[in-house]
Amino acid sequence: MTLDLQIEEKQPLSRDEVLQPLKTLENSKVRTEDLDAWYGNNQVLKKLNIEVREHSVTAIIGPSGCGKSTFIRCLNRMHELVPRARTSGKVVLDGSNIYAKGIDPVTIRRRVGMVFQKPNPFPTMSIYDNVAAGLKLNGVRDVNKLDLAVRRSLEKAFLWDEVKTDLDKSGSSLSGGQQQRLCIARALAVEPEVILMDEPCSALDPIATAKIEELIANIKENYTVVIVTHNMQQAARVADYTAFLYLGQLIEYGETTSLFENPKEELTERYLTGKFG
Amino acid sequence: MRRFKDRLALWLGALCVVLAMVPLISILYEVVKNGAATINVDFLAAAPGVVGHASGGIGPAIQGTLILVGLTIVIGVPLGVLSGIYLSEFGDNPVGRVIRFLNDVLAEFPSVVIGVVVFTLIVLTFRSFSVIAGALALSIIMLPIITRSTEESLKLVPNSIRDASMALGIRRWRTTLSVVLTTAKSGVITGILLAVARVAGESAPLVFTILGSQYFFSGLNSPMDAIPLRIYRLALLPYPYAQAQGWGAALVLILMVLVVNIGVRLATKGRLYSTRSRA
Repeated sequence: MTLDLQIEEKQPLSRDEVLQPLKTLENSKVRTEDLDAWYGNNQVLKKLNIEVREHSVTAIIGPSGCGKSTFIRCLNRMHELVPRARTSGKVVLDGSNIYAKGIDPVTIRRRVGMVFQKPNPFPTMSIYDNVAAGLKLNGVRDVNKLDLAVRRSLEKAFLWDEVKTDLDKSGSSLSGGQQQRLCIARALAVEPEVILMDEPCSALDPIATAKIEELIANIKENYTVVIVTHNMQQAARVADYTAFLYLGQLIEYGETTSLFENPKEELTERYLTGKFG
Repeated sequence: MRRFKDRLALWLGALCVVLAMVPLISILYEVVKNGAATINVDFLAAAPGVVGHASGGIGPAIQGTLILVGLTIVIGVPLGVLSGIYLSEFGDNPVGRVIRFLNDVLAEFPSVVIGVVVFTLIVLTFRSFSVIAGALALSIIMLPIITRSTEESLKLVPNSIRDASMALGIRRWRTTLSVVLTTAKSGVITGILLAVARVAGESAPLVFTILGSQYFFSGLNSPMDAIPLRIYRLALLPYPYAQAQGWGAALVLILMVLVVNIGVRLATKGRLYSTRSRA
């Protein structure tokens, strides 16, 4: 499978060419058009154009402060919850702009779920209630439906076998890795189409990380995953496509293998070889 | 040397704790010593007797305090908790800052002043001392305490919890009530209990509002008795029996506050965990 947004064989590409709106993919799930984002007067994303394929894992890499987290927070309208944060440009989900007037951000967040850097289970809720929270607090009362959703989600997050007898225990009684999988289960329970992951493994040990990477590979059949990572090896292991961001701009984007083995931009190569970042 | 300093600090700390406990223990000791003997069923249930005769009890006062505190909770707790939620979750703006400042000023008001204000506004207007006026005065005293403690408890909830909830597509008000408030529940409840204990012991504003009475409750718009008022009246009487009854009333008040405290803690503890078990 080749990516048809391959950039022409002209090296090095100028910034403008990379930033040209890319031609639309057939199975594009999320597409941004000239996406800008600010915190106050500080612009952190500059005219970002990127297209995420359905049922794939897309990694966003780049040095600290390059706007990776801000970028994915724009994809489910979480960015605007920060005081004085704003965006402009389009984010197109299944053909419609989620920033269009009259779009309720809450409905977008139900379709585009999110997993955070630090595991953040609801501390006063049980494991069961943590997973069921998204459904319960959106008005689902049917106990059978909830039970089924909790079980399915925990299974998809590879956590069911470890907690099936302790569903009443507090979510914060679990280990860090288990808590993060609980958070993934919680995000999956509302059946989103896209899952955004903001450095989901940065607080975890290698074994817990391996489990989460395995589950990412497993869920991508049914979901579209966008993962921010600091860890280039992780991007290489889990992602089908990788985007390299630097200072709020998209520098290079393509199939993971080609980006890692044959980066087209000098900046990308320098980052990948550890010369900066 | 370092070890010595360490020890010294520890012992100083312990000493301060002991010193702080001295008034508490001595008050409890005095109250129990002087009051325990007075308490019996008749004392708890009967109306005050004829002045000068060693008879009667504090029945109306107990009833009055229960009604008064109950009414105060009904008025003050929802207002206080909602204001606290507003200040914590939506109060990061000039309006919020002004409200927070005024709230702090209100918390510093002497309770007598609040009593006089309610007297002027309610009692004089309706030409009658009343339970409503008393409950209103106590609510005004309770409000800033609960607002502040609710706000502080909610602020302790990390933003990552709010983010987690919002990212699930849960609406803001739902997030605030079902996730943030639930997480901060024990702090909010502690604040409410402190405020209840505080107003249950208030006497100054009651003099101007419910006045005091020899009789049992006779309607929300008429005067009523309350334990702090009764203690005050009994203590002023020159008879040993009356002073003993005053000690007894004080002990009853302390026990009531204690029972409410323990009761609410027990009632809310169980609900920290799951609401259901099957899966």
